[in-house]
Amino acid sequence: MNLTELQKKLVAAARLRTPDERVPYAFEKRITALIAARAVADHWAAWSRGLWRAAVSCVAVAVVFGSLSLLPPAPVDNGRDLSQDFENTLLASADQADNSSMP
Amino acid sequence: MERPEADLIAAVLAGDRASFEPLVARYSPRVFATARRYARREVEVEDIAQEVWLKAFDKLKTFRGEAPFEHWLMRMTVRTCYDFLRAHQRNRVSSFSEISGPEEDWLGHFVAGPSHAAAEEADAARLLVGRVLEKLSPPARLVIQLLEIEDRSVKEIAEITGWSVPLVKVRAFRARGEMRKILARMAKEKYL
Repeated sequence: MNLTELQKKLVAAARLRTPDERVPYAFEKRITALIAARAVADHWAAWSRGLWRAAVSCVAVAVVFGSLSLLPPAPVDNGRDLSQDFENTLLASADQADNSSMP
Repeated sequence: MERPEADLIAAVLAGDRASFEPLVARYSPRVFATARRYARREVEVEDIAQEVWLKAFDKLKTFRGEAPFEHWLMRMTVRTCYDFLRAHQRNRVSSFSEISGPEEDWLGHFVAGPSHAAAEEADAARLLVGRVLEKLSPPARLVIQLLEIEDRSVKEIAEITGWSVPLVKVRAFRARGEMRKILARMAKEKYL
């Protein structure tokens, strides 16, 4: 069988087929009704989406803070913290003056 | 008097959903005709047309008015049909045992002598080609339909499908090969 010829014949037959343009009755009304129904559904969907996003953010924040609270506390630096260093530096001259004035 | 298309589109974009109805009424025959090229059952054709119009409504903002609305819509229709083909591709693996009597007769005439099987007069040939097209992979079917049957240029197909020109050429080459393989399988099943 000559397949190339068969292919040509079949394609020629398909070319001659005029596609049917029939549209079901009131199809445009159905589409408009669907769009209107979807708009109502979309309104609730927007709310639902927003609430889900908020819920996810809340859970993420809760997880972060929960895991932070589970971490062991930072080791105490024998009382030498920044505020104390700052105070010592600031009052160093006063301390020196006090020491030199002592008998 | 019919409202101009641009007015209707502007009204829809401004929030008047009712203005979409005349657009649907005006262009649905073409959408249905295109969908019937890719789907056989009427329920599927209606599903495709419905999806096309819902997509068109959602994406109307992206229509810039540079090309006619009909072109924009037909591009969307073909792409929706392609999605449909891809979603239903599992149905295409079947044998040719279900070929009807007239189709078999037409094939028989063709085997006897290609000139005996006149494509112009044969409804059976159309049924047969429909069957062969159903067995092609989705890209092959789309390319054969647009290039061979609708006689569109490679550039046009590239615009419609969103594929590049070289990709259309490659897919056309593969599609012809795929079609020949299916025909060979059919010939083997029926005549060997």
